[in-house]
Amino acid sequence: MKVRLVDIAHARSGDKGNIANVGVIALKPEWYPLIARELTADRVAAHYAGAIKGRVERFELANLHALNFLLHGALDGGGTLSLRTDAQGKVFSTSMLRIVLDVPDAEARALGLPDAP
Amino acid sequence: MSRTVRVGCGAGMWGDDLDAPRQLAERGQLDYLMLDYLAEVTMSILQKQRSRDPSAGYARDFPATVAGILGPILEHGVKVVADAGGVNPRGCAEATIAAAAKAGAGGRLRVGVVTGDDLLPRLDALLAAGHALAHMETGAPLSSVRDRVVAANAYIGADGPLEALTRGAHVVVTGRCADASLTLAPLRHAFGWGGDDWARMAAGMIAGHVIECGAQCTGGNCLHDWRTIPDMANIGYPIAEVSDDGSVVFTKPDGTGGRVSVPSVTEQLVYEIGDPRAYMTPDVVCDFTGLQLEQSAPDRVRMTGARGTPKPEMLKVSVAYQAGWKAFGTLTYAWPDAADKARMADRVLRERLERLGLRFDEIVSEFVGAGAAHGAVTPTHAGDDAPEVMYRIGVRGMNKAHVERFTREVAPLVLNGPPSVTGYAQARGKVEEVVAFWPALIRRDAVTVSVEVLQ
Repeated sequence: MKVRLVDIAHARSGDKGNIANVGVIALKPEWYPLIARELTADRVAAHYAGAIKGRVERFELANLHALNFLLHGALDGGGTLSLRTDAQGKVFSTSMLRIVLDVPDAEARALGLPDAP
Repeated sequence: MSRTVRVGCGAGMWGDDLDAPRQLAERGQLDYLMLDYLAEVTMSILQKQRSRDPSAGYARDFPATVAGILGPILEHGVKVVADAGGVNPRGCAEATIAAAAKAGAGGRLRVGVVTGDDLLPRLDALLAAGHALAHMETGAPLSSVRDRVVAANAYIGADGPLEALTRGAHVVVTGRCADASLTLAPLRHAFGWGGDDWARMAAGMIAGHVIECGAQCTGGNCLHDWRTIPDMANIGYPIAEVSDDGSVVFTKPDGTGGRVSVPSVTEQLVYEIGDPRAYMTPDVVCDFTGLQLEQSAPDRVRMTGARGTPKPEMLKVSVAYQAGWKAFGTLTYAWPDAADKARMADRVLRERLERLGLRFDEIVSEFVGAGAAHGAVTPTHAGDDAPEVMYRIGVRGMNKAHVERFTREVAPLVLNGPPSVTGYAQARGKVEEVVAFWPALIRRDAVTVSVEVLQ
């Protein structure tokens, strides 16, 4: 079944030079393993295809039920050079949460995941 | 019960809530108050101000802030550690002493000044001595932009402010100090932690990382359950209540709004970090992957498990250089077909800019209400039936005259472009100077930190 990341995680993002960092945190600890399995660096790179110029790095913080992503080349050169509204990557957090995961029905039911509307 | 030390953070940036330092100083039962004023862009603004007026170059509202909390400082022993000094820490300290004297402190206030981070006066000597200051991401040598450099500062650590506290300063003023070091220095001062006590140093730096953005860990900008965060208009600023064993409780003053929860603290822990096993600071390399958080009481979150490894041999340097000019213009288009009208306006304007022969390094068009915030990730038809869409165009280039001319070209669209346009008061933007940043590294032994205490 389709599960929206926005229904199972929260997030915060910011910048370091031309890199956006996005921390994704499971809303329930028991949802973290699923998120860690599905939200791979490749999955995130595909989501941002055309929107970022560099690679995606991923780090695990299982202790905080969180993943940290670095999106390279995401900010048109960085904070003061970028002409975008989101020059400092503040809302990459919620653009990440637009991702929709495909989860086997039995697993989704067992974890009590909310169905995508 | 073992002793705890309370460090509050009353400013997460220059321009943060002016009442927050007083809220914490008066109601936070603090031992120390840290105030962070310096973003990268702030340093170049301050350097420019100082080039016009040698007495300027620091956070101008800091002396008045200190004067407004003299009671807590002189009567209750709250010590203040702030990077308000910008590119002129001594000038900031002198102004603070003057403001305090005017407010009735007499000659009692001792202000510590930490200098040595400002590399601008030494830049050519450093380059000549073989410090390339190569760009951390591209590897390019600094010499490629040397003639446009307007500021260069090393991120120094807790040693300077610690020495100032040890020498009896009530208030410590630094320039470009790592934000979290403004929290670590008080903890080392209070507990006597050794500079190689990596686990506790990491605990102090991570505590600083959580509180250094002010209310961003107490319910501000918190996505988790944001509708239910209480009394945001009266939001409490953060306090790290630290024990000698390196455990930390994050909290806020009683009777304030906001929320300190595991989610609110976790959001800030992951904010602007890279590899969580190796978060680099001038004082210690922090490992976040052993941290444990628990809600120990309402609005109290306990953190344990910080780990650290020895501090890096290199310090980060932030160099600011002039990178041209930019300007923006905006127009608002109304339903029906607001996004289509805005897109047509963009095509018309770009054709005119082209015909005028204006050259820019970058032109960015956005359609606010139809996908500006999330850019290419926005679903294709998200703005189709929007009640209005704001057309926002920005240009950047080295030729100031071309950027200036651009600002004249947006407003005419009101009469000679697509229909249903309004909100044109901002059509003609101001030309702004662009300052870009050049992150680099320098060997620690090339940076000498000095401390003096003024009275």
